[in-house]
Amino acid sequence: MPLNTTTAPPFLTVLVRGLLAGLIAGLLAGTFAYVAGEPHVEAAIAIEEAASHAEPASGGHQHDEALVTRSGQRGGLFLATGLFGAAMGGLLATAYVLLARRRRTDDDGRSGLLLAGAALLGAVIVPFLKYPANPPAVGDPATIDQRTVTYLLMVVLGLVAVWAGSLGYRSVGAQAPLWQRVAAAVGGFLLVTVVSYVVLPSFQEVPTDFPATLLWNFRLASLGTQVVLWTGIGLLFAALMHHDRRRRAAAALPST
Amino acid sequence: MSSSTSSQPLVNPAGTTRLLWTVLATVVALTLLAYLVAFDQGAVSRSGMYLHELMHDGRHLLGVPCH
Ligand SMILES: [Zn+2]
Repeated sequence: MPLNTTTAPPFLTVLVRGLLAGLIAGLLAGTFAYVAGEPHVEAAIAIEEAASHAEPASGGHQHDEALVTRSGQRGGLFLATGLFGAAMGGLLATAYVLLARRRRTDDDGRSGLLLAGAALLGAVIVPFLKYPANPPAVGDPATIDQRTVTYLLMVVLGLVAVWAGSLGYRSVGAQAPLWQRVAAAVGGFLLVTVVSYVVLPSFQEVPTDFPATLLWNFRLASLGTQVVLWTGIGLLFAALMHHDRRRRAAAALPST
Repeated sequence: MSSSTSSQPLVNPAGTTRLLWTVLATVVALTLLAYLVAFDQGAVSRSGMYLHELMHDGRHLLGVPCH
């Protein structure tokens, strides 16, 4: 074994790496969202405003222009993705430390990347296929509480599905051929996912006259934002941990 | 597998308890931060709807239900 681990890095060191990776990845995701998503948000808000002028009686969604201007909201995008990214990076780092005891491999980069991939699949892609992102002007304000709760539930269930997949993978003995282990993983994952999709309610709230291409483009941009975020967190965290490990390994070899 | 795991004892009850509390506090703090960005309507941030509106576009593009 070339690089032997010295002692495991302390929790706070790993946490700072995760927060930093998350902040940078969040800003990258914000940049992507700004370029790829903002035009669609603008277009959707224009539609929303046209609709609210048409029927002023319905309160609809209060985008209080008085409170924050549109350019303020566009700038706030970076604040939102940066903070959200930092929170997610920190949580990833925490999961990394908690799982470190059971980890079989020594390879820090690998498990960080696996965790980010698991989060992308479980907390983003699985919920997205059930409750895709919606631009302004789509969605009934009367159901926002229900939709928020079911969305959060779907995020949790998505993570459970990934966990079920990894249980399935490990439940088949290591001597078994790879295809059997992967089949067990897919089975566990799909079981939880499909049951969740069937049990949780669906919401059809896209106005009939909302442009389909705009909706599609917005959703792609939204999914892309999360993909950039989690790919960035995984790669940056792995890189920082790798750098850290090499430094520690060098420090642990004083004179030999 | 070659030699070194670490010279310290792997199980250190006092240290483990402290670590668990640190981890718990961290998870709570980070969840609160994510909540602030994704869902808060001023109840936690005490900023009225200011932060909520400021991070409006981020919420939509991160895929969180907004309205
Ligand atoms: Zn909105």
